[in-house]
Amino acid sequence: MANWIEALAAGDVANEDVSRFDHGGRTFAIYRSPDDKYYCTDGLCTHEKVHLADGLVMDNIIECPKHNGRFDYTSGAAMGAPCIINLKKYPVKVEGGKIFIDIG
Amino acid sequence: MAGHRAVISLRASGYDGSITLVGEEALLPYDRPPLSKSAITEADAPSPVWLLDADIAKSLKLQLMLHTKAIRIDRAVKEVELSQGAIGYDKLLLATGAAPRALSIQGGEHALLLRDFGDAENLRGEMQPGRNVVIIGGGFIGLELASSAIKRGCNVTVIEAQPRILMRGVPEPISKIIHDRHVAAGVKMLIGKSLKSLQKTSVTLGDDSRIPADVIIAGIGAAPRTSLAADAGLTIDNGIAVNVQLQTSDPDIFAAGDCCSFPHSHYNNRRIRLEAWRNAQDQGNVAGENMAGATKAYVAIPWFWSDQYDLSLQIAGLADEGPGTVERPLGTDSKLLFHLANNGKLMGASGIGKGNSIARDIKLAEMLIAKGASPTPAQLEDPSVQLKTLLKG
Repeated sequence: MANWIEALAAGDVANEDVSRFDHGGRTFAIYRSPDDKYYCTDGLCTHEKVHLADGLVMDNIIECPKHNGRFDYTSGAAMGAPCIINLKKYPVKVEGGKIFIDIG
Repeated sequence: MAGHRAVISLRASGYDGSITLVGEEALLPYDRPPLSKSAITEADAPSPVWLLDADIAKSLKLQLMLHTKAIRIDRAVKEVELSQGAIGYDKLLLATGAAPRALSIQGGEHALLLRDFGDAENLRGEMQPGRNVVIIGGGFIGLELASSAIKRGCNVTVIEAQPRILMRGVPEPISKIIHDRHVAAGVKMLIGKSLKSLQKTSVTLGDDSRIPADVIIAGIGAAPRTSLAADAGLTIDNGIAVNVQLQTSDPDIFAAGDCCSFPHSHYNNRRIRLEAWRNAQDQGNVAGENMAGATKAYVAIPWFWSDQYDLSLQIAGLADEGPGTVERPLGTDSKLLFHLANNGKLMGASGIGKGNSIARDIKLAEMLIAKGASPTPAQLEDPSVQLKTLLKG
């Protein structure tokens, strides 16, 4: 069942960058791709629970700030060791300059 | 780490023959960075952070020989003599790591060392609230253990013989932030102090003053474990000497991780040896590929981190290759330095900050270094210039 919540303002996430959003004891990472699309995944790396929002976004890849694990944030796919478990991905929509995420 | 990565890399490279992983420890391969930190500080009794479990080993068709010591390499017949039996090889990887140096002063045997998971469990048990913990050596292991001992409620003293902590590889302004953070946490920092001897419950300094100690720990560096290679007649040069493809002086024997020294093409082929998690991982990968027949050069830019309290330090490249230091001003408790060679090339970057706040900038600096970029000091010291734009420019 859809459960859309308002997360950040669209301008809170820079182009080709990531921002952290905490809600209800959970933490999310919200990305803006170079072609200006927004994506959302779980905020913690599946390897050792490091906040991905401190990591570097290059194209469609987020790299964990600690152990250099990489994910394709547009799909949540882990790109190889040390990260072998995919990130959970959440639907995103932008309306009226605000980012909404569906946390189900 | 390096051995386990090489196994995965061999399979990923399409090698389908037999692989045997020989390990002296009884445990499956596990991650070592937590040993000085979470394994000691977490409320629950720690368990190793496994790199490999039995199921993955099975899916890799890996034969594990744990609790087994490699005694001797017979290069003529391509065989390794083990504590139980012997095993032949076509290609052999030495990933023997580095062992902590013991204190060679009188009573040095009273100092505990940290190398494996059992050592971490032991230190955790010793670090009870209110106990006096004396740590000898203001390097990464000593300082991370000091931070962990404070979290465990101990009274902590750090003794460093050099004029400052982290003399090797960390610029002074960054080591000062770390020093001050330890002082603020209540650590007694005895810097520039020599040691005379250790007793069971005290440490005697060069000036004959005595420091009471319930627990004494030595973190005075590590030595590459080279005896197996040396006995086999392989070239040793501050570690098992390998070429850019991680091959030793015997082309069928490779070495990776803390135990080996290698020429770094980015630094004028300077021979370096690194004691770092990522280097072990990446060299394991490259060694595995090359053992499977590739001829890949190892060119990764050195990178490592250290976590102490709420601070995290990261260094990319080799700071000592860049005599020109440029600082990018950040908030308090953080610092970002760039190290430029005389010809303007970026050779290293060091940063410290709360949590992983400087991780992104250090990662971008690492990519700039790898690219051979020569950003201007004006660009580097201006926080409004995004490093990413320099990379793409």
